[in-house]
Amino acid sequence: MGICDESGELMSGVEAIKAMAVQRDRGNGLGGGFAGYGIYPEFPDHFCFHMMYHDAKAKEEAEAVFDRFFVVDLAEPMPTRPVKGISDAPLLWRYFLNPDPHKLENSEMSAEDYIVHTVMLINSEVDGAFVASSGKNMGAFKGVGFPEEIGHYYLLEEYAGHTWTGHNRFPTNTPGWWGGAHPFTLLDWSIVHNGEISSYGINSRYLEQFGYKCTLGTDTEVAAYLFDLLLRRHKLPLELACKALASPLWTEIDRMPEEEAEVYRSLRAVYGPAMLNGPFAIVLGFNGGMVAMNDRIKLRPLVAARQGTKLMVASEESAMREVLDAPDEVWAPKAGEPVIARVKGMPWPIHGDLHLAADEVSTAVTGVHTAHHEPVEVN
Amino acid sequence: MPTSLIQPEFLVEIDYDKCHKCGRCVQQCGWGVYSFNERPFPDDSKCRACHRCVTYCPAHCIKIKKNDLALRDNANWSPELRKNVWRQAESGGVMLTGMGNDKPYLKIFDHLVLDACQVTNPSIDPLREPMELRTYLGRKPDSVGVESNGKGGYKLKDGGGVSNNIKLDTPIIFSPMSYGSVSLNVHKSLAMAAERLGILMNTGEGGLHADLYPYGKNVIVQVASGRFGVSPEYLNRGAAIEIKVGQGAKPGIGGHLPGEKINKEVSTTRMIPQGSDAISPAPHHDIYSIEDLRQLIYSLKEASGYKPVGVKIAAVHNVGAIASGIVRAGADYVYLDGFSGGTGAAPAIIRDHVGIPLEIAIAVVDQRLRDEGIRNQASIIAAGSIRSSADAAKAIALGADVVAIGSASLMALGCHLCQGCHTGCCSWGLTTQKPELTRRVDPEWGAERLTNLVNAWSHELQEILGALGVNAVESLRGSRERLRAVGLDQQTCEILGVKPAGL
Ligand code: SF4
Ligand code: SF4
Repeated sequence: MGICDESGELMSGVEAIKAMAVQRDRGNGLGGGFAGYGIYPEFPDHFCFHMMYHDAKAKEEAEAVFDRFFVVDLAEPMPTRPVKGISDAPLLWRYFLNPDPHKLENSEMSAEDYIVHTVMLINSEVDGAFVASSGKNMGAFKGVGFPEEIGHYYLLEEYAGHTWTGHNRFPTNTPGWWGGAHPFTLLDWSIVHNGEISSYGINSRYLEQFGYKCTLGTDTEVAAYLFDLLLRRHKLPLELACKALASPLWTEIDRMPEEEAEVYRSLRAVYGPAMLNGPFAIVLGFNGGMVAMNDRIKLRPLVAARQGTKLMVASEESAMREVLDAPDEVWAPKAGEPVIARVKGMPWPIHGDLHLAADEVSTAVTGVHTAHHEPVEVN
Repeated sequence: MPTSLIQPEFLVEIDYDKCHKCGRCVQQCGWGVYSFNERPFPDDSKCRACHRCVTYCPAHCIKIKKNDLALRDNANWSPELRKNVWRQAESGGVMLTGMGNDKPYLKIFDHLVLDACQVTNPSIDPLREPMELRTYLGRKPDSVGVESNGKGGYKLKDGGGVSNNIKLDTPIIFSPMSYGSVSLNVHKSLAMAAERLGILMNTGEGGLHADLYPYGKNVIVQVASGRFGVSPEYLNRGAAIEIKVGQGAKPGIGGHLPGEKINKEVSTTRMIPQGSDAISPAPHHDIYSIEDLRQLIYSLKEASGYKPVGVKIAAVHNVGAIASGIVRAGADYVYLDGFSGGTGAAPAIIRDHVGIPLEIAIAVVDQRLRDEGIRNQASIIAAGSIRSSADAAKAIALGADVVAIGSASLMALGCHLCQGCHTGCCSWGLTTQKPELTRRVDPEWGAERLTNLVNAWSHELQEILGALGVNAVESLRGSRERLRAVGLDQQTCEILGVKPAGL
C-alpha cells in the first residue's frame, strides 16, 4: 500500500494503519510495517537511523561505529507502547546523525555512499544489529505482528507525513523476524513488495559488483538496492529506471520509433541482470513521492486511485475505499507501467540531473500517467 | 607373422536371405568397407560404425555389432589401452582421432539440477506468456547514458548504448568449423540456418567461401594464427571477428588440415596452395602478451569499422585471469571452449587428457569478471559438448550469455559420432571434401534440420524459464541460485558457486 499527497499536505500515520487493517487477511501476524516521509521536520537535514538490536552488546558495537564515523546529534529509544500481540521486540533506537565531515572528506565518497557503506557494514558485520532505515526526514517502522498492531506499537498516530507506505506479510520462505518485515530501505528509498522475485539470484550477484551486500536473503532488499543504483548512482530518470526493472517486452520495443527503441534496447541489454522477474507489485517511497509498479505481465494485483491531490495504490481496492471517501478514479495500472506520485515543492529530480519535469514527460514514451487518467473498471 | 594384432572393432553382419544385392551399401560407405562380387562382402576391419550403410540399406539387412572378443579382465589395462599399445607398436605414430573427448569424466552438467517455482512465485506458462530468449552479444557500457530528446522523451547519449552489439534471437549459435574440415554444403546449411534463426554461424579458421558472402550478417569470421582466408573483404563481410587462440578439444595444439582435403575451392577460400597441408600453429607469432592481443584486437576493429571482436580460448587452469586480460584488452566477447568439445582432428592423447571441464571454466570466468567489475564489458560464449537444451540452460545459469553447438549441429546433419572425421572419409558427407560424399548434404535439407534443432532447444529453454518463474533469459543468466548440485564435492560446489541440493 502506498499513499502520497502530491500537494505536500501531511497525513497522520493513522491513515496508513487504516489502509492496512482492511487487508488483514493478506498476512498472518508474522510481519507488518510502514514507512513515512516528511515525518521528522525538526531534523530535515539529518540522516535518521532506525536501529534494531538483539542485545545491549550489539547496541554498543553499532554505536561505536556511529561514534567513530558520524556526528550524532540525538540518540534515543524509539517511542513505543505495549500492545497485545506484540512480543519479543528487539531494542529499538533511533539516531539523528551526519557523517563526520573530516572522515567524509577523507573517504572521497558522497555522503550517500558513506551512509550506504555504513549500512552494509552494520548489517553484515555487527552481529545482532540491523538498520531498519537510514534516510533523511523519513523512517521505517516494522516488526513481527499484524500491521495495525505494529502501527499502534510505534505510535504512528503521532507522526505526520506526505507519503506513507505499508505492508502486511505472510512469510513463506523465511521465518518472521523483526528485520525481515517490510519495508526494506536504504537511504530514503523504501520498498514494500507483494510477490516474489524469481530473478533474485542474478539481481543480487549483479548488485555485488557495485559493492552492495545482500545480507538479508530477501528479494525485497534487492529491489531497494537496485533503485539506489539506477537512480542515485547511474542517474537514470525515474521513468527509465522503472522500465529497466520491469522492462517492456521485446515485441513492444521493436514497435517503438527507432530513437526510443534504441534507448529501451540498451536499457534491457545493459540492465538485463537488474530486471526484476517473477510476480511482484512494489511501492517505492522516497523523499519527493512514490512510485508503484507491477511485474511485466501483471502476476500480482495492484490497484490505483486518485482523489484530489492524493494518489493511492494498494493490492486491494478496499484499502483505498477505506481511506479515500470519494475517489475521483480507480484504475488497474497496466503490467510494468509505473504509477508515479510527485510531491509539489519537493526537489525533483530526486537524485541526479537528468529527470524531465513532470509535464515534459510524454506518456507515449514512458507509459506513465502524468496527467489525467482513463478510469478502468475494476472488478 | 600377422600384420596386425588388433581385431576389428565392429562386425558387419549381412542377412543375405534378405539382401537385394543392389550394391547400395558399397556406394554409401565412405571407408570402403564393402567390395561387391554378386553380393556385398564387408571388410570388418575398416568399419567405423557410422551407420550410413545401415540407414540406406533398402532391405534393412545390415547389422553393425560390437566385436566383443573376450580379453582377460584387467582393471589396470583396459582393452582400449592394450589396443593403443598394439596400434602404436605397429605405426610408431601419434594417434589421431575426431570428435569430442569420449572418456567417462565426471560430467558436471549431469550433477546440476535446475530449480522450479511453486506457490508464491508460480511458474509461468510458456505456451501462453511471452518467453524471451533474445540476447545481445558484445561489450556493454556500465550504465545507459540518456538525455532529453526535447520532445518529451529521452535519447541515447553518444556511447551510452549497445548499438554495436549483435542481436541474437536465441542464445544458441553454431560453433566454429572451418570450410576444409567440413564441406561447403555443411557451411551453407549452417549459414542458411543461422540467417533463418537470427543467430550466428562461425567460419572457423578456413575463410569464407564467396557463396556465403550474402549471409555475412549472420557470420562470425575467425582469424587464427595461419590467417587463412583473412582479407579486408573477409573481415568486413562478417558480423563479428573472432581471434582463435585455443580450442577445447586440443588446447595448446594448432590447426592442421591435411593436404588431401585441400581441393581447388578450399585452396581459393583459404588462400593457400592446393594439396598442401594447412598448418596454423597454436601460438600466434604476433601475440606473446596481453598487450600484443590488445593490438591485434584494435587492428581488427580498425580494419573492420569497429565490429565486435571476440577471443576464443580453451578452458584450462587459470582461465579466469586469462579471460580478465582478454576483456581488458578490449574483446567484446570471450569464447570458452571446454575439454569435451569436438574437433575434426586431434591427437587422441591431447583430446582426452588436456584441459578442464567447461562448467568450471564458465563459473570461474564469470565470477572473476564480476569480482573485477568488468562482467558487463564482454559477453561469454560457452562451448564444448553442449548436448541438450538442459546443458545450455545450466551453462547460462552458471554465467554464460550464449552457448555454441558444434557436435550437436553436425549430428543434426547426420553425424553418428564415429570419430573418423580426421580421415576425410565421412560417409555422411560432413567432414570430407570428396565430391561423391559432400553432395550427400543438400544445404536446404541441412538448414531445415539445423533450424529445427535450434528451434526445438529454444522451446525447451522457454519451458525451463517458465518452470523457473521467469520470462526472459537474462533472468537466468548467471543466476546460480537456481541451480543445485547433486553428488558434487564441497570444493567443486564452491567453485561453481552452487549450493548442494537440499539447501
Ligand atoms: S563404416 Fe559405416 S557405412 Fe561403412 S560399413 Fe561401417 S557402418 Fe556401414
Ligand atoms: S562427422 Fe562424419 S566422420 Fe566425423 S564423427 Fe561424424 S559421421 Fe563420423
